[in-house]
Amino acid sequence: MSFAQKHAWTLGLVALFLVLLGITKLVQPTFGASGLESLARAALPFAFATAAMAVVVIVGGIDLSVASIMAVCAVTAAVLMESMGAVPAVLITLAMGLGMGMINGALIVLTKVPDIVVTLAMLFVWEGTALLILNAPGGTVADGLQSAIAGSFLVDGLPNALIVMAVAIAIVWIPLKRSKLGLSIYAVGSSELAAFRSGVAVGRTKIAAYGICGLFCAMGGLSLIMLTGIGEPVPGPYLLASVAAVVLGGVVLGGGIGGLLGPIIAVFILRIIRTILTLAAVDPNVTTIIEGTIMVGVVMFGAVLMMRRRST
Amino acid sequence: MSMIDQTDQAEVETTPLHVRIGRFMGDYPVIPLIILLGCLVGVLEFMRPGIISPFWLGNTIKFAIPLAMLAACQMLTMLTAGIDLSAAVVATVSAFVVASVTPLYGPFAGVMIALGAAVLVGLVNGFGVGVARVHPLIMTLGTGLIATGCLQVYQRFVINTGADIPDFLEWLGTGRTAGMPNGLFLFVPFAAAILLGLRYTGFGRLLFALGSNEHAAKLSGVRSWQVFMALYALVGLIAGITGLLYVGMIRAPSLSLANPLLLPSVAAAVIGGTSIFGGRGSYAGTIVGALILTVIGTLLTLLQMPQGARVVFFGLIILGVTALYVRLTENR
Repeated sequence: MSFAQKHAWTLGLVALFLVLLGITKLVQPTFGASGLESLARAALPFAFATAAMAVVVIVGGIDLSVASIMAVCAVTAAVLMESMGAVPAVLITLAMGLGMGMINGALIVLTKVPDIVVTLAMLFVWEGTALLILNAPGGTVADGLQSAIAGSFLVDGLPNALIVMAVAIAIVWIPLKRSKLGLSIYAVGSSELAAFRSGVAVGRTKIAAYGICGLFCAMGGLSLIMLTGIGEPVPGPYLLASVAAVVLGGVVLGGGIGGLLGPIIAVFILRIIRTILTLAAVDPNVTTIIEGTIMVGVVMFGAVLMMRRRST
Repeated sequence: MSMIDQTDQAEVETTPLHVRIGRFMGDYPVIPLIILLGCLVGVLEFMRPGIISPFWLGNTIKFAIPLAMLAACQMLTMLTAGIDLSAAVVATVSAFVVASVTPLYGPFAGVMIALGAAVLVGLVNGFGVGVARVHPLIMTLGTGLIATGCLQVYQRFVINTGADIPDFLEWLGTGRTAGMPNGLFLFVPFAAAILLGLRYTGFGRLLFALGSNEHAAKLSGVRSWQVFMALYALVGLIAGITGLLYVGMIRAPSLSLANPLLLPSVAAAVIGGTSIFGGRGSYAGTIVGALILTVIGTLLTLLQMPQGARVVFFGLIILGVTALYVRLTENR
């Protein structure tokens, strides 16, 4: 299979993104480097939520608690940064995210309750935890962190936020995908039984995948406080958006197929649609409705595709 | 004959106790639930002697009614292995619409438009679940978001008209007859219709059939998409009616009126013995579940639990009870 065939879906997404970028330029001729910067910044939490969701969808599950874990991590980091430096606070937050994800995974493996039910219950548990940590928006962010995602890197039009996102995701995902664990994750997602019979520790693989999901959620939570400068205990609208981006990005609900690059490009496509609507002076509430409809449509499309795949 | 008796007996003897308890719980979930409810009321009386009175009973029932009605939405969809996360938003939409349309066109039009909007959301859910085969959780989450967006846009058009709640809804929501809340005039026929409808109508049995084994039901000639459309439209209607009752009770329409009821409604259905995987559940159990949650709510208030702890607690209840059911029934 040639490169173009193998990555047809991803290349199609890139083309779609470029077309949308062109439309943005048509709607607002002054759209330039600063526009790209704010686009990349706004996409940060969505990209991390989507990366988190993609990992668990690849292992054959789904995590409804991503937005809640992000909220817990955001308030934890914001509270910690009041009393300690940025580096230990970030490290503790990342460890917490990893831990919360592994708790999700362990509960799924141990109770044998389906992923969707466990993570629905954990959605509420983590949401409540965030409220217990911080009852109202508060906390603080180290100055260096906020400026890290502002501005452009070396040349105009290469936003710092994009670099931060790419480095943070690549540093986890690329070594993982080349490791034995990464292979196990794809194997379990493709067929749990076949993976088990080939000697893959299914339970441990699932727990690890959910842990990585939690780790990405922690990064998402950190990006939230970097954006707003404050810890917000109420989960944002990242659940449906991440599922939609994962489906649009070519990861098949049900597991085993797809990567992280497609979903991340899909995040930018969904974000730039919002930018276009905003620039075209559409009412923000109407934008929310249109966005919601697009996301539900994408998920429906994904479900129909999955049915086709099963029946053939 | 004796052979059969022997094997029966042997099976009874070898079946472990927890499996038999599981079967009993599965077959008659209401009995242990009522015992649990009694214990909770006992704890409440122990913590604050004298709290149990006819007035307290009326109040508990009054607040359990909207919860039990919203839990009916969850129970009915769970029978087909679904869930309705848009139910609370639909109730809010219906409450907001009736309060904003009534001053313009009168109460009758208000109720009709409110329920029409509720059924519309239900039909969209039904289309997504039954025709496009999206997972109900994702689908109803999405429609809930879209409906919230629509409500925010709608709110700006009616912000100047003021809000007025029809008198009969206030009577239903806050009035009392002989110490008992008037909401029972709505709830008793509603509960009877659900209980009898599930047991004696073809539609009720179709829900159980689809939830137990969708493939088998389809092979027996059930057109599943029609059932899903009808089910989700009905569930939308129930959520809409709940919204009408709830706005009569709270008397202040807002954009998030019924939203805090979502999580308890799922918890009530799960506690009431409804399997989230489909095919098993009863409305009687769900009603007791709603009463249990209302009493627990009072307990948590007495203990001065913060809001966060309550949310954690409800989440753990859902997880714990589901895990228990899976454990108890996996040996079947």
